Amino acid sequence: MTDAALRIAIPEPRPRGAPLWLRRRPELVLTPLVFLVLVALWQAVAWSGVVSAFVLPAPSAIAASLVAGLRSGLFLQHGLVTLAEAAAGFAIAVAAGLVVGTLIAEIRLLERTVYPCLVAIQTMPKIALAPLLVVWFGFGPGSKIAVAAIISFFPMLVTTIAGLRDTDRGRLDVLLALGAAPLRCLVSAKLPGALPHVFSGLSIAAVFALTGAIVGEFVGASAGLGYLIVQANARLNIPQVFALLLVLGGIGVLAYGTIQALRRRLLFWAPKEERSSP
Amino acid sequence: MATPLIAVRDLTKIYPTARGEQVQALSRVNLDIRPGEFVSLVGPSGCGKTTVLRILAGLIRDYAGSVSLRGQAMRGPSKDVGVVFQDANLMPWRSAEANVMLPVEVLGLDRKAMRPRAKELLAMVGLEGFERKLPNELSGGMRQRVAIARALIHDPALLLMDEPFGALDAMTRDTMNVELGRIAARSNKTVFLITHSIAEAVFLSDRVLVMSSRPGRIVEDIRIELPRPRDLDIIASPIFSSTVVRIRRLLDGEDATALPSIAH
Repeated sequence: MTDAALRIAIPEPRPRGAPLWLRRRPELVLTPLVFLVLVALWQAVAWSGVVSAFVLPAPSAIAASLVAGLRSGLFLQHGLVTLAEAAAGFAIAVAAGLVVGTLIAEIRLLERTVYPCLVAIQTMPKIALAPLLVVWFGFGPGSKIAVAAIISFFPMLVTTIAGLRDTDRGRLDVLLALGAAPLRCLVSAKLPGALPHVFSGLSIAAVFALTGAIVGEFVGASAGLGYLIVQANARLNIPQVFALLLVLGGIGVLAYGTIQALRRRLLFWAPKEERSSP
Repeated sequence: MATPLIAVRDLTKIYPTARGEQVQALSRVNLDIRPGEFVSLVGPSGCGKTTVLRILAGLIRDYAGSVSLRGQAMRGPSKDVGVVFQDANLMPWRSAEANVMLPVEVLGLDRKAMRPRAKELLAMVGLEGFERKLPNELSGGMRQRVAIARALIHDPALLLMDEPFGALDAMTRDTMNVELGRIAARSNKTVFLITHSIAEAVFLSDRVLVMSSRPGRIVEDIRIELPRPRDLDIIASPIFSSTVVRIRRLLDGEDATALPSIAH
């Protein structure tokens, strides 16, 4: 049978009322609407004077501070510092997590000896290491990269191991029946099969890396968005604190969106629920 | 008579269970498969059919007895064997053609030289024009066709099939059986098919081996004297139905003596 024979024209149902895209994706309108209502409420509360402007600045004041910070280049300059620290920590964590995770999943002896130690470390709140790391690596970017790398390493490790353990036995049998070596099985079946898990790890690690960089800057720094937040807080410049939180939120969304885009590209083969965000 | 392609002698396999007990899966299985033959193995669920296939595929290496391929003792997987499993087991990130090419890569064959053969095989299994499709864009029957093409790409002497159509609906299964018969005859392959469908075994095979339930042993070796490849008309022939009934009785008689078994 040819394609043409199968292609029967089905008339599109005539849309009534709201356009088709709106009926399919009502959240495209509703989500911004909810956001606007909340901001309006906030603005009303601020104007009413019930809450002091020091505690809760008006959205308009925050917006003014954000625009000023962006215009002067202050936010961009410090934002790039934080972004670079987080990105470097993330890269180290991803590389280390994939390598160590693969070694632990593939080598039984390592699983029995090294993994329990790592699990023990994982149960500790690693953010508490930040002051120590600043002592070890100094006030420069090094200590922030270290904090970011350490806290985002564990989600990468855990998801890599989970993904490799989840290997489809049937696919492996196909390779083994051809006499494939362990490395070939890893490359041709196990690692690609682990990608859905690994991508969950990447999403978590990206957010953790940003958190790590900020906390590192809180502890001791001379640049970065975390440093600016501490400074603004000390001067009771609360609108700027909120403005900086918005900038951080923007960076977070950007990082998350990049990973989701990559996921859609690399997991084109996975079932839909594994392709979209976790 | 030609020398057997595969000779299995006194094959015995004991599995340890999780509780430390031992279950005998196979007991002194003997079988010969000659070049060009289509041989099926039928038996009740859990009789050890799949264990026989996995040993022949080199996926199980600890067993007692001997298995030889062309008179040479078999040690692990051989590139002279192609396997089709119960599930297609395709790599979902590879296109149909790239899946067929997988053995070429694993065995280190010349990719460029083999690509036309991959296309030919896909056409032979009726998937011309589907080379670029991903497994999740194909139906269950189509995926199993890709798996058959993949098992044939490196031109193995022996094709092992473990209930390859068990997961398909009855109509697709009939179609696939006719095509498998045609493919086997055309490529002149030796085929060893595991199935629990008696009709499927009789329809496709030169010989049907009947296996008892646990511990599995071969209780009967039945020759089907009908020319191959066959079409679905032979289902109406007296030889076909009498043979099916005969095997059915063998398995039922087996069931009366064996305790837990669900024969079809």
